Amino acid sequence: MQGLIDALKEDGYRVIGPQVADGAVVYDELESLEQLPLGVIDEQDGGVYRLARRQDAGYFDHVVGPHSLKRYLFPPQETLQQLQLKDGGWRVEPQQFDEPPLAVIGPRSCDLHAMAIQDRVFLEGPYVDPGYRARREGLFVVSVQCRRAAATCFCHSMKTGPRADHGFDLALSELDDCFAIEVGSERGGRILAAVDGWKPGAPTIVDRANDQSSQLERSMEQRSTTEAAPGAPKLRQLDTQDLRDLLLNNLDHPRWEQVADRCLACANCTMVCPTCFCSSVSEVSDLTNEHVRRERTWTSCFTAEHSFLTSGVVRNSTAARYRQWLTHKLSTWIDQFDSSGCVGCGRCITWCPVGIDLTEEVAAIRETTK
Amino acid sequence: MKPNIQVAATVDAANPWATHAVRIRAIEQEVSDVASYELEFEDSAVAERFHFVPGQFNMLYLPGIGESAISISSDPDVPQRLLHTVRAVGSVTRALARKQIGDQLLLRGPFGSAWPVDLFRGQDIVIAAGGLGLAPVRPVIHYIMNRRGEFGKVWLLYGARSPDDLLYTSQYDCWRETDIETHITVDLGDNQWKGNIGVVPSLFERLQLDASLTRVLTCGPEIMMRFVIAECLAQKIDPKHIFVSMERNMNCALGFCGHCQLGPAFVCKDGPVFTYEQMEPYLNVEDF
Ligand SMILES: Cc1cc2nc3c(=O)[nH]c(=O)nc-3n(C[C@H](O)[C@H](O)[C@H](O)COP(=O)(O)OP(=O)(O)OC[C@H]3O[C@@H](n4cnc5c(N)ncnc54)[C@H](O)[C@@H]3O)c2cc1C
Ligand code: SF4
Ligand code: SF4
Ligand code: FES
Repeated sequence: MQGLIDALKEDGYRVIGPQVADGAVVYDELESLEQLPLGVIDEQDGGVYRLARRQDAGYFDHVVGPHSLKRYLFPPQETLQQLQLKDGGWRVEPQQFDEPPLAVIGPRSCDLHAMAIQDRVFLEGPYVDPGYRARREGLFVVSVQCRRAAATCFCHSMKTGPRADHGFDLALSELDDCFAIEVGSERGGRILAAVDGWKPGAPTIVDRANDQSSQLERSMEQRSTTEAAPGAPKLRQLDTQDLRDLLLNNLDHPRWEQVADRCLACANCTMVCPTCFCSSVSEVSDLTNEHVRRERTWTSCFTAEHSFLTSGVVRNSTAARYRQWLTHKLSTWIDQFDSSGCVGCGRCITWCPVGIDLTEEVAAIRETTK
Repeated sequence: MKPNIQVAATVDAANPWATHAVRIRAIEQEVSDVASYELEFEDSAVAERFHFVPGQFNMLYLPGIGESAISISSDPDVPQRLLHTVRAVGSVTRALARKQIGDQLLLRGPFGSAWPVDLFRGQDIVIAAGGLGLAPVRPVIHYIMNRRGEFGKVWLLYGARSPDDLLYTSQYDCWRETDIETHITVDLGDNQWKGNIGVVPSLFERLQLDASLTRVLTCGPEIMMRFVIAECLAQKIDPKHIFVSMERNMNCALGFCGHCQLGPAFVCKDGPVFTYEQMEPYLNVEDF
């Protein structure tokens, strides 16, 4: 592992990896193996995130934390342009893309699918976002194959996991005594070859890694037939059959009002969601107003500003905003980008202060619809 | 909703945030809070590349203040004479109202879908506009006037709150002379007003429409467009032949910021012009 971190650094990457900070596993600059959350697991449920130590837990037996690749490809705040007033005219200095490329260790299968979804927004439409492209082209992904799922995970329903089969440069499977490494790209192979002390293992290691993934997949599939243990969190799943039409045919369902009674419209769900892409550009100028920076920051459809028109706010209630969020994620996203906007990572469930759970909301609408 | 989006020659698809410098060549005060600005590109090579289709808009940018989506209101056959008609309502548009001839702005565009008038040859056209909604359809009027013989009957139904709020009043005679049957109405008249009083949809009663031949273009407050649509449907006009221009908060015009979503549509790139058939499931949903 340390050899991999060193090889990436040696190749000019800034290495990012999971580590414990303020009671959560988050991404940060990674220097050494010791920073990884060895022996730590995360217990997640609606509005609940707790770290625990477990004897047999490895480096990567936590699942997904509040951070995702989104914050590196589409940062929470970014300067798009700087402008300088000179002789009655504005000189525009375009964005500089001179930051070192990033290597991120730790993204899961759901995260890779989320990245592919954001690629469709920023790279594959009629226009390309130059900042996103520069960061995306430089990104080196060392994905991790999950061997444990949180109760809030439902990637199996969204067909986005648990096993990552593409979209990475390298993929790690943590076994009890070693790592199995799968190469997903040419530069992945190049980095691996440069890792000090790495040597190809016996084919049985690959089988063990695959077994581990299949085992997790099977246990997630069984969620539809097994009950959670008493007192344990509900194991999430989402019935996606005709989901697009189910929600769009129920735009006037009373459930929107009911969920709005609990929803604080705090926007946490959209901030932690690895696919949400809404943003606003604002002007930051100095006192003389001769130097201006245009800053793009994340925003959310849970704010009034999001749908503001001088003639009035379009989505003027929490019910209308929750409906926008859920119908965008699960329905209209399909019209826009040919895929769901949800990868089943469960972050929005965990980080909702009142534990609103989209799988429950969909189930409630489904139950009351003929 | 994924139409074929054509990127304009003056927009760099790989860096669509890039702006062009323009200078204000002329300002015409239309009504008390509305003025038309004629803009001229500083770079003549950009000016040469600049073309637009009726219905498209530009993002006008005042550094330090912000950017606004503003429809192009001039003749698409004369793109060098580029006009925007703007109502001063908030920070950007009020700051624009303080600008003078010769001042510089920055511009990105053009963006958005078109009123598909080129497909309307041989057909009858009803243009129903309210208030500032006349600005985005004026390029259509120009387009028709420039090739009047190619279209059937053409009606313009236009309304504003009061006679003082009517836009482009000096041009109505010219439109009538080119055989565009122009009906003007106001919600509230004054002592001198001898014309119609009432809302735009009420003008439909007097038209003899051939439902299969008629194409309707409507632009204005959403509530007005809904009543116009109701009139059209009552006259058996096909929802595919009714075109609406939608308005939503716009921050980027590129499909990146998410603000302009209206159901499956991004108003900035899939719209602003849609068929009623596309909008029908969403237009009547409250707060959607
Ligand atoms: C496709 C399209 C074409 C338009 N054409 C015209 C036109 O030809 N003439 C004209 O006067 N106005 C037009 N508008 C409306 C114009 O964009 C807004 O009036 C303007 O953005 C208000 O900005 P402000 O800073 O002055 O107001 P503020 O109240 O300070 O606005 C704050 C923010 O809200 C957003 N916003 C507020 N109202 C609107 C709105 N109605 N539409 C979109 N974003 C809004 C803006 O992005 C702005 O950044 C058009 C809008 C759209 C979507
Ligand atoms: S909607 Fe929730 S579960 Fe789905 S991708 Fe976003 S955060 Fe994850
Ligand atoms: S509209 Fe809401 S749900 Fe959709 S991307 Fe934006 S913040 Fe996320
Ligand atoms: S205005 Fe930003 S997505 Fe349409």
